[in-house]
Amino acid sequence: MPPARRPVGLVRRLGFRVPGCLAVPVLVLLLAGCTRSVPSADLVIINGAEPESLDPAILTGQADGRVALELFEGLTRYDPANAAPIPGLAERWDISPDGRIYTFHLRTNALWSTGEPITARDFVYSWLRVLNPDTASEYAGQLFYLENGEEYCTGKIKDPSRVGVKATDDRTLRVELKNPTPFFLDLCALQTLRVVPRQAIAKYGDRWLMARPVPCSGAYELVAWRVNDRIRLRKNRRYWDAAHTRCETVDLLPCTSANTALNLYATGAADVVWDKNLVPVELLDLLLKRPDFHSFPYLGTYFIRFNVTRRPFDQPRVRKAFALAIDKKRIVEKITKGGEQPASSYTPPGIPGYETPEGLGHEPPAARKLLAEAGFPDGRGFPSFQYLCDTTSHLHEQIAVELQDMWQRELGVHVEIRKMEWKTYLRAQGELDYDLCRSSWIGDYKDANTFLDMFMSNNGNNRTGWKNPRYDALLRAANAQLDRTKREKILQQAEILLVREEALIVPLYFYAGLEYHDEDRIKGIFPNLLDVHPIQAIYKVGRNSHAPPHARLAEPQPSAAETSSALAVPLPAPGP
Amino acid sequence: MTYLLKRLASLIPLVLVISFLAFEVMHLAPGGPFDRERAPVSEEIKRALAARYHLDEPVWKQYLRYLGLLREKTPAGKWRIVEGGLLKGDFGPSMQYRNHTVTDIIAQGLPVSLWLGAMAFCFATGLGIPLGFLTAVRKGNWQGYAGSFLALLVICVPALVIGPMLIMVFSIQWRWFPVALWGDAWHAVLPTLTLGLYFAGKISRLLREGMLTILHAHFITTARAKGLSETAVLLKHAFRLAVLPVVSYSGPLLADLLTGSFVVENIFQIPGIGVFMVNSVLNRDYTMVVGLVVLYAVLLLLLNLAVDFAYSLIDPRVKYYE
Repeated sequence: MPPARRPVGLVRRLGFRVPGCLAVPVLVLLLAGCTRSVPSADLVIINGAEPESLDPAILTGQADGRVALELFEGLTRYDPANAAPIPGLAERWDISPDGRIYTFHLRTNALWSTGEPITARDFVYSWLRVLNPDTASEYAGQLFYLENGEEYCTGKIKDPSRVGVKATDDRTLRVELKNPTPFFLDLCALQTLRVVPRQAIAKYGDRWLMARPVPCSGAYELVAWRVNDRIRLRKNRRYWDAAHTRCETVDLLPCTSANTALNLYATGAADVVWDKNLVPVELLDLLLKRPDFHSFPYLGTYFIRFNVTRRPFDQPRVRKAFALAIDKKRIVEKITKGGEQPASSYTPPGIPGYETPEGLGHEPPAARKLLAEAGFPDGRGFPSFQYLCDTTSHLHEQIAVELQDMWQRELGVHVEIRKMEWKTYLRAQGELDYDLCRSSWIGDYKDANTFLDMFMSNNGNNRTGWKNPRYDALLRAANAQLDRTKREKILQQAEILLVREEALIVPLYFYAGLEYHDEDRIKGIFPNLLDVHPIQAIYKVGRNSHAPPHARLAEPQPSAAETSSALAVPLPAPGP
Repeated sequence: MTYLLKRLASLIPLVLVISFLAFEVMHLAPGGPFDRERAPVSEEIKRALAARYHLDEPVWKQYLRYLGLLREKTPAGKWRIVEGGLLKGDFGPSMQYRNHTVTDIIAQGLPVSLWLGAMAFCFATGLGIPLGFLTAVRKGNWQGYAGSFLALLVICVPALVIGPMLIMVFSIQWRWFPVALWGDAWHAVLPTLTLGLYFAGKISRLLREGMLTILHAHFITTARAKGLSETAVLLKHAFRLAVLPVVSYSGPLLADLLTGSFVVENIFQIPGIGVFMVNSVLNRDYTMVVGLVVLYAVLLLLLNLAVDFAYSLIDPRVKYYE
């Protein structure tokens, strides 16, 4: 038997003390080692979840879109005050009398941040890139309004030159649409339609945004993008309107914990927090009373979907009964509390040129009558069914419990609540594996079409099993209609069909946008329906701003319960 | 030495099995990386998206591709091995963060998590060991009770309570430390405490138990009978064996700490990889999940090996022979 190898010398002497005695000096050394000096930016904004992508063709989230809007410019851009489309890289445009042909004239001083001119060909490239099936852009539908756009994207035609976008020369872009699309200029400001650098993409592929420098066409250029740390933007000096860019450097911080966001803001580490999920729900009552918290109408609707392929929800009477039994006012006052408005229609109010029609209200007696007519007096004989909601926020569950109570009380039916983790929930919704399901939708542009077209029979977002030829025909007619008043009437008919006659969905409330910043220190942020706030317009008042007046919070203590709720899965923002 | 090499070699099949299981299990979970509230506009795009990330292939094929062992035909008609792959150290593209590769994300986040984890580990041992020693030696005294109470307290109160409490007191009331973010040494203090306190309590309890058991052993009585000083008895004879449970606990603990903590990274908005450990699963970012599982497995296995090695140094009864 060989002799045991015994630890010798230093090892032996230290052997038994190592962890205890060395730990403290090592800790001090490590602490001293973490110095990473990042010069502070002029403006620090907490932007919400970490962007999944900054590529305009690929991104889908709101936080992603807000960064991309700064880096890349479109033919039009958003007016900071009301999010209306104003001239961007196109200084002017002509529209043909039939509303189908747009001729955009690009600015002569449009340059990439790397110095090359931005031409009409760059736009053709960017748009065809979105439509190219190989790009696999989830938002390609925003370009289906182009002549042959859908056909090219779905592979029916292979020749991109047949798509309705052409550069007639370096400065002129001719766009041919399928139908007169009254909201086309709004679409031109959308991230998806913004111009991206061809050479960089050809050279670096998917990782083109990680190469430096990224040629940018917007008011800012990308200096650094560290995942979950920060995105640093610097003023693009070659931007055509650089004279009006106020802040030299801007940091966009990712953050998904509402308490952390509030703490950073309260101690002056962040100037603006502009994500509605970053307000601790438990403190909403208190915070909304403060002058630096701003709640405003937002282009989004929270609603319930019915699965019409399942009995008895295939009967409009039953669906209407369920809709009429809901007291929506109670939900916004008791649960959401962030300034949301109860909804009876699907399209939120405030869309220019569209008067939202009235849907179903709160009428329990009528609800009971309808249910009795359908063969379930006082809910007798009603089959057991489930309400599907996801676990991204406690709010969904609270609303589900409230609905359960209302339907039990008013209709005598008992609903079982089925909670699912986010992706499982989406899969169940997509496969029509539900009876009733909580849903929400955020509009992309200010037109009723962004809400209504999803319930057309063949739309992937329909997810109810509902196919209604009359509804499809109405929407097609509306989008072929040149006269705005007539178009509005047709869209209203479609919406009434959707929420009143068929009651396919029950809109519960219209979203409210929430952001916080001190209006005395930060100027240039305006509430608007799309919740877009071009950073170019934002500036600080006063030089020395490290001890902000809002630094003291009335109630900064996040309790354990609040923390756990703030730690819940970051809500994937549904679209930009 | 041969023993060490043998152990190291045995890790490779183990990591492969783990990565395979992670890959399979992730694909079994309902929903996929591209299921969103808003559906891709057409079936064609859905298909293109799946094809781009090879999600349309059978899972075994995807796994071979992930490892970098798959042979496929090029458009030119030649057979060749696919590019990249885990075996060449390439974790593949992230399906959620489409501009980044998993290697990019780990390369950015891991140093932060390693640094913070190492600090928390030093803090936990630096506080836990003396505390455990003290509570065992002073058992029955007020110091013993106070120490035990403290250790139990930090074990019972989870990080998601301690973190906000520390922030409330030290950042918001007294303004000593920043409330969140990562940067200089000041930023690291509160996260280190939040992360390390629980483990300090745990280590102190382990050491205390160990000490109390050992102090009743015969060889301690013998040592005392020989007339050794109490310090020598405690430090040279008792502590050395009592610390063994702490050492074996340190391996998995260190692996845990070094790969980041979801809770602490969330509370302090720290750009580590702990957040991805949870979120990548929720988002079905297949490549990222498997990448992180492999990383964690390798760390855990290596640190366990290190623990076994440390055992042989500390405890004369443990030897690894051929």
